[in-house]
Amino acid sequence: MYAYDEIDRTLVNERVSEFRDQVKRRLSGELTEDEFKILRLQNGVYLQLHAYMFRVAIPYGTLATNQLRALAHVARKYDRGYGHFTTRQNIQFNWIKLAELPDALADLAKVGIHAMQTSGNNMRNVTSDQWAGVAPGEIEDPRIWSELIRQHTTLHPEFSFLPRKFKIAITASDHDRAAIKIHDIGLRLIKNEKGETGFEVLVGGGLGRTPFIAKTIKHFVHGRDILSYIEAILRVYNQYGRRDNIYKARIKILVHELGIEKFSREVEDEWQHIRNPSLQIDDEVIEDIRSRFTYPAYEKLPHMPDELRQAAADPDFEAWRKNSVAPHKVQGYSIVTISLKPTGGPPGDATAEQMDALADLVDKYSFGEIRVGHEQNLALPHVAKRDLPALWKALDKLGLATPNVNLITDIIACPGLDYCSLANARSIPIAQELTRRFANHELANLIGRLHINISGCINACGHHHVGHIGILGVEKNGEEVYQITIGGRADENAALGTLIGPGVKFDEVADVVEDIVEAYLALRERPEELFMDTVRRLGVEPFKERVYATR
Amino acid sequence: MTSPLEQKKIKIAGPSVVTANRTWDGIVVYRTAAKSWSADLSEAAIVRNSDEAKALLAESVADDVGAIGPYIAPVQVGADGKVQPGNLREQIRRSGVTIGQPAQV
Repeated sequence: MYAYDEIDRTLVNERVSEFRDQVKRRLSGELTEDEFKILRLQNGVYLQLHAYMFRVAIPYGTLATNQLRALAHVARKYDRGYGHFTTRQNIQFNWIKLAELPDALADLAKVGIHAMQTSGNNMRNVTSDQWAGVAPGEIEDPRIWSELIRQHTTLHPEFSFLPRKFKIAITASDHDRAAIKIHDIGLRLIKNEKGETGFEVLVGGGLGRTPFIAKTIKHFVHGRDILSYIEAILRVYNQYGRRDNIYKARIKILVHELGIEKFSREVEDEWQHIRNPSLQIDDEVIEDIRSRFTYPAYEKLPHMPDELRQAAADPDFEAWRKNSVAPHKVQGYSIVTISLKPTGGPPGDATAEQMDALADLVDKYSFGEIRVGHEQNLALPHVAKRDLPALWKALDKLGLATPNVNLITDIIACPGLDYCSLANARSIPIAQELTRRFANHELANLIGRLHINISGCINACGHHHVGHIGILGVEKNGEEVYQITIGGRADENAALGTLIGPGVKFDEVADVVEDIVEAYLALRERPEELFMDTVRRLGVEPFKERVYATR
Repeated sequence: MTSPLEQKKIKIAGPSVVTANRTWDGIVVYRTAAKSWSADLSEAAIVRNSDEAKALLAESVADDVGAIGPYIAPVQVGADGKVQPGNLREQIRRSGVTIGQPAQV
């Protein structure tokens, strides 16, 4: 966990007071909506179909249990008893009243939570690997650098009025769980030949109506220079980024239009200009941040405790363990992913009761720390293997032990037309139907790793472009129509999916996915050949033929 | 459903209302003939041509404290005079989400 200091606490509390005054002036009519809108957006407050939506920041997806309980409290007291975890490791509340928002923010501020920069044209929450600090083989905890960037960019005037929103993600493992290649800046933590920490810097990734995979513009930037290098990128973006057309304002468009070589040169020139000692990070600063991340006092535990050996006889436990439990860097411990994708449930939602009960389990089994992943699941980063059977039983009672992590029902979906004012079509009911169609765990396991991502409009909050199967809802002649893509992925081999043909109606989407899956099962050469391997080997044509042969 | 946030020209093809979200709590409201806001669609003022729509929208926009983001939305008026939302988006705004909310699952 990261321990905030007095500066952080003061900043958060002052922001609550400031926003309370702004809300008061808005409700009295002193501020018009036009004047107020930018202020509310800077505090994570959107207007959606039914109500205001309140997006709360969870920096790099790390939460302490008192913070999780505070989120449960907000869900219960100010909302309708649940929250929605997002693809950027935040949480959203869908039914908040503007008049009560300052109180909700004040309650969150007591545990160091805020909503700054969760919306608006500024630097958003820096995201990272939800397994940060515990993943085997990781170079070092990427949250140290996420926190450094968070501190530097929070309320930074130069980054508060950018042409558009700006997102940074950091990974420190070979396998990218932070989806860095679909971010404005992706940072991959590496070591150079001298063993010094630095970053491969990627720029210009993003989805939305014009999707791009980020490109590398610098193979190694020393850690001490990363702030100045990011600043150089942002200065080039600030100078050349388009402000006249919202659809062309993201940095990905600038990188595409200038070309990566020219963009890189511009950044390099700017960097040489501003690269001076004032923006160089002292080792003490890094060490200070590092020292504020505390890690549990791990015990020396056996690799295979008796409790785990005995529980292996239970097929239900084993089904959960195989999909939800991952190796930990410390022997005797595991990382546990908690699926927020129950059969028939909205992806990413958790009730206040689940959050409270989970907080108790996290205190008992994970040293009081929990993580949010961009797949809209949660993770317990420090679970002793001997505790896995007891944890599983407790999670099952809460409806949080669905054994589908990384399987076809582990679906990413945006809120869609059920909540979102930008959406053209519903996403959640599609996800719900798919989780029912593939609820049979043996079938889901037979299919193996397969990610379905669903967006309710071209803004792509459900990351449909990078789903192994991507589903995009659009509107055509007043009806919901869904376009299907195949072959996208968001990991270190990130790629955009290929559209397989004309859109299909709402009622047909689950049938189409079933057809694609049946085609895959028939086409794969062996059970170990994953869906994406088959797509890579054969392309989309066989799937297209199967889907449209009878339509 | 094309988002009305992109609504630039006022051109209506049938009976319509002006809808918005109430400022203090964000709930869906409709402009009434009494120059007020109501959460009940049946109390909404119905407009049937572009000039009426423009006038009702202008009056709604002027009430910036009462509600935010007003726009014109289609409705269907039955033979019995009953008013129904004219598309899925507006149906969802009036009746709520089409999914079970987690506490109810």
